[in-house]
Amino acid sequence: MKKLMLGNEAIARGTYEAGATVATAYPGTPSTEITENLAKYDNIYSEWSPNEKVALEVAIGASIAGARSICCMKHVGLNVAADPLFTVSYTGVNGGLVIVVADDPGMHSSQNEQDSRFYAMAANIPMLEPADSMECKTFVKQAFKISEEFDCPVLIRLTTRIAHSRSIVELEEKEEYKLKDYRKDPGKYVMMPAMARKRRVEVVKRMAQLETYSNETELNRIEWGSRDIGIITSGISYQYSKEVFKDASFLKLGMVYPLPYDLIARFAGEVKNLYVIEELEPFLENQIRKMGIPVTGKAVLPIVGELSSNILSEKILNREPMNTYPVPDKEQIPARPPVMCPGCPHRGTFYVLKKLKLTVTGDIGCYTLGAQPPLASMDTCVCMGASIGMAHGMEKARGREFARSTVAVIGDSTFVHSGITGLIDIVYNKGTSTVIVLDNSITGMTGHQHNPTSGYTIKGEPTKQVDLVKLAHAIGIERVRVADPYDIKEFEKIVKEEVAADEPSLIIAQRPCALLKNVKFEGPLRINREKCRTCKMCMKIGCPAIVDNGSYVEVNEALCVGCGLCSKLCNFGAFEKAGDANA
Amino acid sequence: MHEYSIKNNIINSNPKGIKANIMIVGVGGQGSLLASKVIGTAAIKKGLDVKVSEVHGMSQRGGSVVTYVKMGDRVYSPLVEKGEADFIISFEKLEALRWAEYIAKDGTIIINDQHIDPMPVITGEKKYPLDVIEKISGMCDNTIVIDAFDIAKNLGNIKVVNIVLIGVYAKISGIEKEIWEEALRDVVNEKYLAINLKAFEEGYNY
Repeated sequence: MKKLMLGNEAIARGTYEAGATVATAYPGTPSTEITENLAKYDNIYSEWSPNEKVALEVAIGASIAGARSICCMKHVGLNVAADPLFTVSYTGVNGGLVIVVADDPGMHSSQNEQDSRFYAMAANIPMLEPADSMECKTFVKQAFKISEEFDCPVLIRLTTRIAHSRSIVELEEKEEYKLKDYRKDPGKYVMMPAMARKRRVEVVKRMAQLETYSNETELNRIEWGSRDIGIITSGISYQYSKEVFKDASFLKLGMVYPLPYDLIARFAGEVKNLYVIEELEPFLENQIRKMGIPVTGKAVLPIVGELSSNILSEKILNREPMNTYPVPDKEQIPARPPVMCPGCPHRGTFYVLKKLKLTVTGDIGCYTLGAQPPLASMDTCVCMGASIGMAHGMEKARGREFARSTVAVIGDSTFVHSGITGLIDIVYNKGTSTVIVLDNSITGMTGHQHNPTSGYTIKGEPTKQVDLVKLAHAIGIERVRVADPYDIKEFEKIVKEEVAADEPSLIIAQRPCALLKNVKFEGPLRINREKCRTCKMCMKIGCPAIVDNGSYVEVNEALCVGCGLCSKLCNFGAFEKAGDANA
Repeated sequence: MHEYSIKNNIINSNPKGIKANIMIVGVGGQGSLLASKVIGTAAIKKGLDVKVSEVHGMSQRGGSVVTYVKMGDRVYSPLVEKGEADFIISFEKLEALRWAEYIAKDGTIIINDQHIDPMPVITGEKKYPLDVIEKISGMCDNTIVIDAFDIAKNLGNIKVVNIVLIGVYAKISGIEKEIWEEALRDVVNEKYLAINLKAFEEGYNY
C-alpha cells in the first residue's frame, strides 16, 4: 500500500514496522510529529518526557531492558541530551536504540542553525541521513539492525525539508520482535572509570568495523551517469542536486558517519570534477579533503542557511538566476512576521511588562514573540530555561536595585524542561529575582503537546499534575502569586509588588492557550464608531484583529475570537459584541 | 556493489504527461496544510509521483506561510523555485503579490480576494498596498480572483475557504473530478465532509 507521508510520520511507521515498543521525546520543531505519530500505535509505549536528557535516559533504560527503543528531538535538544549520549556510546545497547535528531537549516523555528552531524563524530556513534519519506522508513528499520549488530546507539539526522515534506511511502508488515533477555552486566552498563576504560577500547574497535560496514552497505550507493561531474551528497541536498545535475554521477550517502572511505576514493578516481554538496558546515568535505582528495564544496556554496536547486545551478554551473516577472514596488510589500494569535493569554502579560518598562529575560516558546513590535518587551532569549539563570546573573552583576526592574518569563512546559534548577539557584544563592511562569496549560508553539503541568499524557490519559505553587514553596520560595494576565489591573499590581520585594518570587500567570478546544469565547467584538475616539489605546496590545484602516479603527471579525482584552483598555466603552444591534 | 544506472528513474505511468509545481501561500492558520494534503492525495490517486513541503512551528502563528506541492513522473526537490510555479493558490491577496515572482511564464495565479493586515500595517509602520490585484494581473495573464471567504461564509463555515480554492484549481488541474472527491473523502474529517464537498463544488464551478 502506498501512502503520502510526512518524513516524521514515516520515521514513526518504520519504528512500528521494526517492532520497537518504547518511544520518548520532548517536542521541538521540526521533530514533533514523529512522536505524535508514534503515540497512535497501541503496541508502542510513548511519552513526552520533561526534557531531552530524561527522554534519552528512559530510552537507554528500555534498550538495556531488552526493547527496541527510539528517542526523538530537535537539534538543540541533543545538546540537552548530550550527557547521556556520550556515555551510551560506551555502554552500547541490548535492544536496538535509535536517536532521531532533526536539524533546522534556515532556522524556520529555531534559535540556532547547528549541524548535528558533529555529534556523531564527537560521540563515536554511527549516523544515517534519509533523503525522502520512504528512506525515513527504511533507514529507521536499518538503524535498529545496525544498533544491535554493532552494539551501539544509532543516530538518524533529519533536516526540516525531510521531516516536513510528504512523499510516497510503501507500507510493509510489522516485524515480530521479542524482547531481548535482560542480564546484569556491570562491566558493560556501569560506567565508572575501571569499566569505562575497557569500553572505550571497544568503542574504537566498533568504529573501525562500522567504517568497513559503511563501504559495503546499500545505504551508500553510486549512481553512474556522465563522469564529467561527480557529486557526493546526502539528505535533502541529494534531491536539489538531482534536480540540477540530471546526467551527473552521484555517490549518495545514506550513512554520513563513519564515511565509506574506500567507496569515496574509488568514486573520486573515476570522475573528472568532484563536488561535495551539503547544507551547513563542510562536514563531509573536510573529511574527504583529509583523505587528500581535492573537491569543490564550500568554496562556492554557502555555509549559512538552506541550499536550493537554484543556488546549485547559480553557484556551480554559473547559470543566470531564473528570469522572473518583476514584482512592482517589491520593497513596498509589508512583511508578515508571525504574531501572537487573537485571544493569546501572553498578550496581557507583555502589555503589562512593557508598560512597567521592565528588563525581561525571555525563553523559548510562542511567547518569544513578545520580543516583536508593538509589545517589544523581551530583552533576551538564548535557550530552554535560560530566562531564569540570566535574570539571576543580571542581578549578581548589577545588584539588587536592578533586580527590582527585572523579570524572567518562561512557559509552563519550558519551566519543567529546565527552569526549575535555575529557580533553585536563585533561592540557594540568595537572589531576589521575580520569575513569571506563563502557564497556558499546554506546550503551545510546537502544536499543543501535553506536559507534566497539563494533567494528561501523550495519549490523552489523565495523570498527576505538577503543582507549581507547592513546588515553589518546597524549594524555598515564600512569595508565590497566581494571577490572570487578562485581569490587567490586578496583574500589573502583582508584578509591581513582586519585583519590589526583597526576596525571590514566582508569579504564575494562568490562562489557557486560546487555540485549545475547551477555550470558548463569546464571539467577535466590533467597535461602535460613535463611541470610539480613535485614541488607539486598543492597538497597543498588538492584536492582529484590530486594524487601523486610515480613517478609523475597526475589528476584523473573521479573526477576532472575542477575548475582550482590548475592551479592558478602552476608556470609552466602544467595544461591543458584533451582531448585537442593541448594544 | 550498489551501483545503478540513472536511466531507470521513472517510476510511474503518466500518459497525460501531468506535471505541476504548485505553491499554496497565505497567512498561518488559514488551512494550507489541509489543502496541500488534498492536492497531494489526488496526485497519488492519479498515479503520479508527488512531494509536499510544509511549514510547522513558529512561522505558523499568523505569519506568511508557503507550502509547495510538486507532481509529475519523478519529483526530486520538494521546493518550487523562482520562475517555476505553474500554479500559485493564494489564500490572501497580499501574499499572492509577495510570492508572485515565483510564477512561471504561462503560470496561473488563483487569488482569494481577502485582505488580512500584517503587523507592520497594524502598527502603522507600513501601508497595505491598494492595488494588489491590479499589480498581479499586470504581471501574470492568467489570474483568477475569487471571493472564497464570502462563499465559505454563505456555506456556513469560514474555514472551508481552502477547499473552495482547491475546487478552482481542480477544474484546471487535468485530474478528474471524481479523483478530487475521493481525495477529499480520504483527507477531510468525516464530520466536516459534506460542507467541504459543497465548498469544493462551488470552487469547481466558479
